[in-house]
Amino acid sequence: MTAEGIGAPVKRKEDRRFLLGKGNYTDDITLPNQTYAVFVRSMYAHAKITGLELDAARAAPGVVDILTGADVAADGLGGLPCGWLIKNKDGSNMIEPPHPALAQGKVRHVGDPVVMVIATSKAAARAAASLVEVSYDPLPAIGLLADAIKPGAPVVHDEAPDNTCYDWHIGDPALTEAAFKSAAHVVAIDLTNNRVAPNAMEPRAAIGDYSAANDNYTLYTTSQNPHLIRLLMAAFTLHVPEHKIRVVAPDVGGGFGSKIFHYAEELLVAWASRRVGRPVKWTSDRSEAFQSDAHGRDHISHAELALDASGKFLGLRVKTLANLGAYLSTFASSVPTYLYATLLSGPYDFPAIYAEVRSVFTNTVAVDAYRGAGRPEASYLLERLVDKAARQLGMDRIELRRKNLIRADQFPYQTQVALQYDIGDYHATLDLALEKNDYKHYEQRKAESAKRGKLRGFGISTYIEACGIAPSAVAGALGARAGLYEAGTIRVHPTGSVTVFTGTHSHGQGHETTFAQLVSEKLGVPIANVDVVHGDTDRISFGMGTYGSRSAAVGGSAIMKALDKIVDKGKKIAAHLLEASVGDIEFKDGNFRVVGTDRVKAFGEIAFTAYVPHNYPIETVEPGLEEQAYYDPKNFTYPGGTHLVEVEIDPDTGVCDVVDVTIADDVGVVINPMIVDGQAHGGLAQGIGQALFEEVRYDADGQLTNGSFMDYCMPRAADLPNFKVGNHVTACTHNPIGVKGVGETGAIGVPPAVINAVIDALHPLGVTDISMPATPEKIWRAIQAAQTKTKGA
Amino acid sequence: MATITLKVNTQVRTIECAPTTLLVEALREHLRLTGTHVGCDTSQCGACTVHVNGKSVKACTMLAAEAEGAEITTIEGLAQGGTLHPMQAAFQEHHGLQCGYCTPGMIMSATDLCRRSPDPSEHEVRHWLEGNLCRCTGYHNIVKAVRAGAAGMRGGK
Repeated sequence: MTAEGIGAPVKRKEDRRFLLGKGNYTDDITLPNQTYAVFVRSMYAHAKITGLELDAARAAPGVVDILTGADVAADGLGGLPCGWLIKNKDGSNMIEPPHPALAQGKVRHVGDPVVMVIATSKAAARAAASLVEVSYDPLPAIGLLADAIKPGAPVVHDEAPDNTCYDWHIGDPALTEAAFKSAAHVVAIDLTNNRVAPNAMEPRAAIGDYSAANDNYTLYTTSQNPHLIRLLMAAFTLHVPEHKIRVVAPDVGGGFGSKIFHYAEELLVAWASRRVGRPVKWTSDRSEAFQSDAHGRDHISHAELALDASGKFLGLRVKTLANLGAYLSTFASSVPTYLYATLLSGPYDFPAIYAEVRSVFTNTVAVDAYRGAGRPEASYLLERLVDKAARQLGMDRIELRRKNLIRADQFPYQTQVALQYDIGDYHATLDLALEKNDYKHYEQRKAESAKRGKLRGFGISTYIEACGIAPSAVAGALGARAGLYEAGTIRVHPTGSVTVFTGTHSHGQGHETTFAQLVSEKLGVPIANVDVVHGDTDRISFGMGTYGSRSAAVGGSAIMKALDKIVDKGKKIAAHLLEASVGDIEFKDGNFRVVGTDRVKAFGEIAFTAYVPHNYPIETVEPGLEEQAYYDPKNFTYPGGTHLVEVEIDPDTGVCDVVDVTIADDVGVVINPMIVDGQAHGGLAQGIGQALFEEVRYDADGQLTNGSFMDYCMPRAADLPNFKVGNHVTACTHNPIGVKGVGETGAIGVPPAVINAVIDALHPLGVTDISMPATPEKIWRAIQAAQTKTKGA
Repeated sequence: MATITLKVNTQVRTIECAPTTLLVEALREHLRLTGTHVGCDTSQCGACTVHVNGKSVKACTMLAAEAEGAEITTIEGLAQGGTLHPMQAAFQEHHGLQCGYCTPGMIMSATDLCRRSPDPSEHEVRHWLEGNLCRCTGYHNIVKAVRAGAAGMRGGK
């Protein structure tokens, strides 16, 4: 390892511009002659549009143009596509209703865009938008997931008369049935996984800039994957070849999944720019974000666990109803299936699993990937169920887990739900977490809390995730409509400094630092001499972007492959200069050396020679030193670990304080421990947010009732404790770094640990269940209900 | 249109704007000081925090006209000649930022806290920052950074 290579906690290269206020986010960009777009959105959850009155708005000061669904249809813009085809149990395809960029005669959720108003200032566009009159004929709507499958429910799309997009399954029903028949114990649970809003601090924004002179488009957008947006616009929505579209995702202020998807506004600003002949900019308000960004989670599940008399798991049966919202967002269909049900084995040795998932349309905004995407729903279900089993069987919850965790000697481990885990040591992370938590003194802490009148609870979750998305052939066989490799280019400049081009996108993850560390590790170049370029389809040849904790495992591996090619070429040049055979050249610590001699050429000399090839093997080696690699992973990666939470509850008010969070993760080889810990912290905050504070609420008629930061409870600094983070490394076996991924661990592992802790605290009062978010009101009511029941008995 | 004169980051600036223009709009759109961010529309997130006459204020909560004649400091005015302010340096040192979007508001808020309370406790920092939302860091490293930044400010570093 070099001083700044793999494992070094170096400070981030990207920080300085952010600290100085010199970041370059999409809304910071102002183009000459720019216009501003504001969308008129539906106030109804479900309605027919019976009329549009635009004259007053058209006459308003500063208005440049007003565009409607009719214009979208007349210009032949394509609907927004879904990137993953799921098959029904009978082998037929899922139903994919049209998803027009502007409403075509009907609106299907609050926030569905109807009219686009373009004016010379944002204020003028807003004022004109308020003059647009849309007449609606309201229709019955589905606001709540459970209502979508009730007999006689309103129909969101005519194409799906029972609101079902697909009815899918995985696993072996007969094997599972047999396991349940032979079981000594069966434990059942009903769970809701609450709907949450990703709420990256930077609202979405997009600027379309069409050049008539060159007949090409530039789109600046808040995206996690600019190449994918370009591909979808070229192939499906804008119908313009890729070479005529440049997509730039500059600094992006957080994504958490919500900025993966191709949104209507991106298409519309590009299209409108051509129509009006000027750049068109749109910036979302926060309230608008609540109604137009894809949300996350929203499952209702029934699960059953079969155990033998000793507590060994025999089988798992799961039935899940998943909300997709009103339209299929880009990856929506894959989240409750291949990112959820394939994870239902968790870190446990399960001989039989069968899961059924029915995903439905409702009159709510789309639901798609949000930090963890499917995997938090799986870990929540399993870990709540395992805790309930421990109570029901009278076993210690830690020992029950220990008994069923996959042992280190069982890897590679083939689950009953398609995945093959390559490596892990779940007992090691369990032990490490318990030690860091000082679990052996927990009872003392509980007694101390009791003295202060507080109910203390301890919660545990042992979890796994699959990330490093994804082997293209596997994903393709499962219905993915894209490859999921990554591209990396290393450009060594004549003086030996390096520019890295990556198809992943950094929006907080620190790639400009970690990827520079890979270069430093391999070439011995200081990270100050390495710049990382991302987020521009004109500068980077291709890429699939950042999500599913894939950037280091897939994007980093592409960079490592390209670095190998640089070293190989360097050896050929060095062999020529040193008059040795290539096989005798080794590269170490930044020097090419004839093995066993002091004949050396420094990396910088080789770089210079490659560009000034006066004495050069020109017959066999091309000048220049730039290499590209594409890396397609062989398998998913499988981070996992143990999350422990202690809460203190005030029984009089129901207020729940998280007083200790201790985790031990195995995320594989750590490139930058400072950044890895920071990623864990952020995931934990979002996971605790889902468990205790956050929930997007629609009423039964599909009205969004908490669509602002005044009403939706985001975790704040005083709501959270410091986090104790431990790492135990087993290196991923199938990528060149050994890295697994860390972006989502916190959000996946911690929510069940929080709720298990809350139930543990309240159990002495007779509370056996509580749903997320466990707000003070909900906890207080649970206590009152339990006490009334106790008194009644 | 209104004519408003402000002193922004030690320079006197005059802008012509609609009387309804918010201070944050004046800074971002009229003066192109885009380091001050907008993360919400209900004065909850604090991404737009600046100093008005030395005190931290959410720049979305006041009209530019209300700031007539005031001294405004934005994130762009904190570093001196390329040297980071101790609070900025502490945020880098302790990894108190990830995507960077909330960071200017956090730093402007934190420097005001340290002016009022030069050695704030963890509890004090967490409660002071209740008006600043961060979605990336879980606040853990922000709290560390603010306390370290306070030490740096006390040391005049």
